[in-house]
Amino acid sequence: MTLDNLRPGSECLVKRLNAHDKLGQRLMDMGVYPGLKMKVIRNAPLEDPMELELDGYYLSIRHEEARFVEVEDR
Amino acid sequence: MKKKKALLALAGQPNCGKSTVFNALTGASQHVANYPGVTVEKMTGSYRYDGMKVEVVDLPGTYSLTSYSPEERVSRDFLLHEKPSVVVNVADASNLKRHLYLTFQLLEMGVPLVVDLNMMDVAERRGIDIDTQELSRQLGAPVVPTAIKKGRGKKELFKSINSVAGSERSPKPFNVDYGPLEPYLTQIENEFSENGAAFENYPGRWLAIKLVEGDSEAQKLIREHHSTPGKVLEFIENKRQEFESKHNEKPERHIAFSRYKVADTISRSCVKPKAVSTQPLSDRADAIICHKFLGPLILVGVIYLLYYLSIVQGYNVTNYTWPLLAKIRSITESFLPAPGFIDAPLIRSMTLWFVDSINALLNYIPIFFILFGLIAILEDSGYMPRMAFILDRIFNRYGLHGQSTLPMVLGGIYVGGCAVPGVMSCKGIPCERARFATILTIPMLNCLAKVPLYVLLINIYFADYKGPAMFFISTISLLMVLPVAKILTLTVLKNKDTSPFIMEMPPYHIPTIRGVLGRAVERVWLFIRKIITIVAAIAIIIFILLQFPGLSDERKAYYDTEKDRAIAGFYQKIEGNPYAEYVQGENLMALILYWNKYKNAKMMAKGKEAALAINEKFKAENPAFFKIVQPKRDKEAKSVNKAFKKLFSARKKLLREIKKEKIDNSFLGRVGRAMEPYTQYAGFNWRVNVSLLASFAAKESSVATLGALYEQEEEGETLETRMEKGEKGFTPLHALALMLFMVLYPPCVATSIMVKIQTGQIRWMIFSMLFPIVLGTAVATLIFSGGTALELTGLQAMIAFYGLALAITIGMGFLKNKQKTI
Ligand SMILES: Nc1nc2c(ncn2[C@@H]2O[C@H](COP(=O)(O)OP(=O)(O)O)[C@@H](O)[C@H]2O)c(=O)[nH]1
Ligand SMILES: [Mg+2]
Repeated sequence: MTLDNLRPGSECLVKRLNAHDKLGQRLMDMGVYPGLKMKVIRNAPLEDPMELELDGYYLSIRHEEARFVEVEDR
Repeated sequence: MKKKKALLALAGQPNCGKSTVFNALTGASQHVANYPGVTVEKMTGSYRYDGMKVEVVDLPGTYSLTSYSPEERVSRDFLLHEKPSVVVNVADASNLKRHLYLTFQLLEMGVPLVVDLNMMDVAERRGIDIDTQELSRQLGAPVVPTAIKKGRGKKELFKSINSVAGSERSPKPFNVDYGPLEPYLTQIENEFSENGAAFENYPGRWLAIKLVEGDSEAQKLIREHHSTPGKVLEFIENKRQEFESKHNEKPERHIAFSRYKVADTISRSCVKPKAVSTQPLSDRADAIICHKFLGPLILVGVIYLLYYLSIVQGYNVTNYTWPLLAKIRSITESFLPAPGFIDAPLIRSMTLWFVDSINALLNYIPIFFILFGLIAILEDSGYMPRMAFILDRIFNRYGLHGQSTLPMVLGGIYVGGCAVPGVMSCKGIPCERARFATILTIPMLNCLAKVPLYVLLINIYFADYKGPAMFFISTISLLMVLPVAKILTLTVLKNKDTSPFIMEMPPYHIPTIRGVLGRAVERVWLFIRKIITIVAAIAIIIFILLQFPGLSDERKAYYDTEKDRAIAGFYQKIEGNPYAEYVQGENLMALILYWNKYKNAKMMAKGKEAALAINEKFKAENPAFFKIVQPKRDKEAKSVNKAFKKLFSARKKLLREIKKEKIDNSFLGRVGRAMEPYTQYAGFNWRVNVSLLASFAAKESSVATLGALYEQEEEGETLETRMEKGEKGFTPLHALALMLFMVLYPPCVATSIMVKIQTGQIRWMIFSMLFPIVLGTAVATLIFSGGTALELTGLQAMIAFYGLALAITIGMGFLKNKQKTI
C-alpha cells in the first residue's frame, strides 16, 4: 500500500521508499524514513497535496510523490 | 595568543530562527549579496564582543548538506573553502531529532561547532525538557540553550562563540556509527591518504561518506584532484554496488537512516518525554486556515488585504511623497541653464528627462515599502506555505508551483502590481522549472504602469462598457499567463530540473517588528541600488533616440522666423505703452520665466493666505512684471497683459510643434514609421509604434509619449479628446489590439534586470523580452485582422477572445506535465 491511498485521519508506518535520487533524498532529509510512524492530517481544499504529521512536525506532499512511499496501515 | 578576528557561519534548517539569531548577533550592520554564480542570497554582518571582531555569514537554511540544491552546495562550499573559525548551528529544541540530522553532517565536516539550541521557550511550553549538558557531552561540542526571540541566552551564545573561535584546538571528531558501511568507508578513506597533499583540505571521513553516497560534487573533486581519478571512481562504484546487493539498500539511504537512528538514541537520552501530548495550537489553527471552504476564502481575503494595503493605500501615500520628488525636480531645475524662447539647452532637457524617469520609479517606493513589509509578515508568520498548500493543485497543472502564488499576487494577478518584486520573490520557489516558468510569465500580469493606457483606451473606445471592459483586461492576463506557462514548461523549459514539492508546514509565529521592518528596508534598498542605476542609463539612451538627429537647418530657420514674427508682433502691439520699456531685449525672456513661475506657485498654493503671500513675494521681486501679470484696473498694463498672453501661447504652440517634429524625425520615430507596414495588421500606426517603443524604459511613458504625439490644440484639452480627434480611423478594434499587446508587452528595463538576476543568465533575459513581442504581435494581429475580416465590433471581438482564452486555459490544464525521472 502506498501513502497516496491513505485518507485523512489514518496512521501508518513507513515501510520503504521507492523513489531514488532527489525525491528519495529529500524525503530522507525531511525525516521520512523506514520505521517512522506518521499520520495523514488533511488534504488540501482541492484534494492535492496532503499534509502529514511526523514526530511532532508537519509536512505537505503531493499525491504523485506520496506514491513512492510504501506504508503499512495501522 | 588570543585571536582578535573571527569568521562565523550560521547554519541550520529552515524555520529554526536562524535569521533571528543573525539579527540578534549583528544588530544593524547587515549586507545582502548573492553567492558568486548562483542566485542564492548571501547575508553578511559583523559585531564586536569582548575584543573579538566577528564577521557573520548567514548560510541558506537547508535540511541537509547534499549537492542536490544550489543552497546546499553553497553552504557546503562555504564551510569547506572559507574555513570559518566557528560555525553556529541553530537547532530547534522543540524538534531536536530532526535538527540533529544536520548537526551530525556539520560535525562530520570537522568544523568548529557551537550548537545553539533555539526555541527553548516553545519546547518548554510543550513540556519538553532537555538536558543540554548531556547533549553537549555526547556531541562533543558546546550547546547553548536560547530563546533568541525573547533575548534569552544571547550573552551565553556570545561567550561560547568567543571561546570556540579563540581556541586553537581542532574540534573533537564526532562519528556517526554507520554499522555495516564502516569497512567500506575505511577502505575508501585509505584511497586518498595515499594521494597526500591534494586532499588535505578535505576531512577524509567526510569525503569518503560523500563518495559512498554517490555525491556528484565529491566525484568532481576526485576528478579534479586525484592522480588516477578513473580508477578511484570505479573502485567506489564497485563498493557501492557491493553494499547494495549485500544489504538490499542503497548506501545513501543507509547513511541517512543511520543518522536518524543515532539522532533518536541521543534525543532519547537527553530529552525527557513530553508530559502529555496535546494538539499543537498551529494544527488547530490549520484546521480553519486550510479548511476546505474557509481556507480559500481566507486566502482571497489575505490577498485582497495585501493588494488593498500596498497598492491602494500605498498609492495614497505617494500623494504625500510626490511633492518631495517634485521639489527635487524644481531644485535641479534651478541649477540648470534657463530655457530660450523656443530652444531649451540640451543639458537642461536631458537632465530634466533623467530626473523625471528616476522620479517615476522612486514614486513607487512607498508602495514597495508597504508591500515588502507585508510580505515579510506573511513569511515570518508561516502563512506562506499554507498559501502554497491551498493553491498548488491549480498551479501545478500549468507547470507552476504552489509557491508561485506570492509572485503572482505581487505581479498584479488582478490589476495593479509590479513585476519587479514579483520576479524578485520567485527566489523562494524550490523547483527550477516552475521557478523559470513563473519568472517568465509574471511580466504578463497587469502591473500598475500598464493601467493608465487601459484607462485611456477604455474611456475613449469602450465608454459604454467601462465595467466589463475593465474586468476583461484585469482577468484576461491570468488566462494568458496559465497557458503560456504550460507551453513554456513543455517546450523551452522541458529540460530544466524539477524538485519534489515536499514542504514543511512550520508552526505559526508572531512576527517581530524588527524582523519585518529590517527586511522591508533591505529589499527596498536592493531595489534602489540594482534597478535605478540601470534605468537611469536606459532613460538617457531613449532620450537620445527621441531627440536626435533633431531638426534640419531649414526647419530651424523656419521656426526662427516664426519666432521673430511673433515677437515683432508683440512689440508692435505695445508700442508707446509705458510698460514696454520693461520688456525689451533680455527682459522678455525673464518675463516669460517669471510668468511661468508665478502660475506654478499659484497652482501649488493652498488657501487664500498662501495665495496672498505669493502675490507679495512676486510683487517684491519685480513690481513692473507683477503689474503685467496682475494688471487689475491698470489699463496700460492690461493691454500689455493681453498682448503677452497671445505671445505666450504662440510660443507654446511653436514648442509643441518643434517637439512633435523632433520625435517624428527622431531615430525612434523613423523606426516607428519603418515598422508601420508590418504593424498595420495589428492595427498600430507609427505613432502607436513610437509610444510602444518608448515604453520600454517604463510603461507609464506610453501614455506620456502619446500625449506628446497628439498635440494639444486648446488649452486643457484632455488626451482622450485629442486622441479621438487625432485618430479618426481608430476603432475599438484597434484599441482592443493595442490593449492586448500591452498585456503581453515585454518586461520593462527594471524587470528585465530582475529577470537577469533571478535566472542568472543574460539569454533568459533576452528570451523574456523576445517571446512576449512575438506573442503580443500575434494576438494583436489576430484581434485586428481577424476581427476586421469577420466584421466584429470591439465588444464582440473582446467576448470572442475571452472565450478562446478560457477554452485554451481549461484545455491546457488537462495536458499532462512531463515528469522527469524521480
Ligand atoms: N518562540 C520563539 N520564536 C522564535 C525564536 N526564534 C525565532 N523565532 C520565530 O521563528 C520564526 C522563524 O524565524 P526565522 O529567524 O525567520 O527563521 P529562519 O527560517 O531559520 O531564518 C520567526 O517568526 C521568529 O520570530 C525563539 O527563540 N522562540
Ligand atoms: Mg531566514
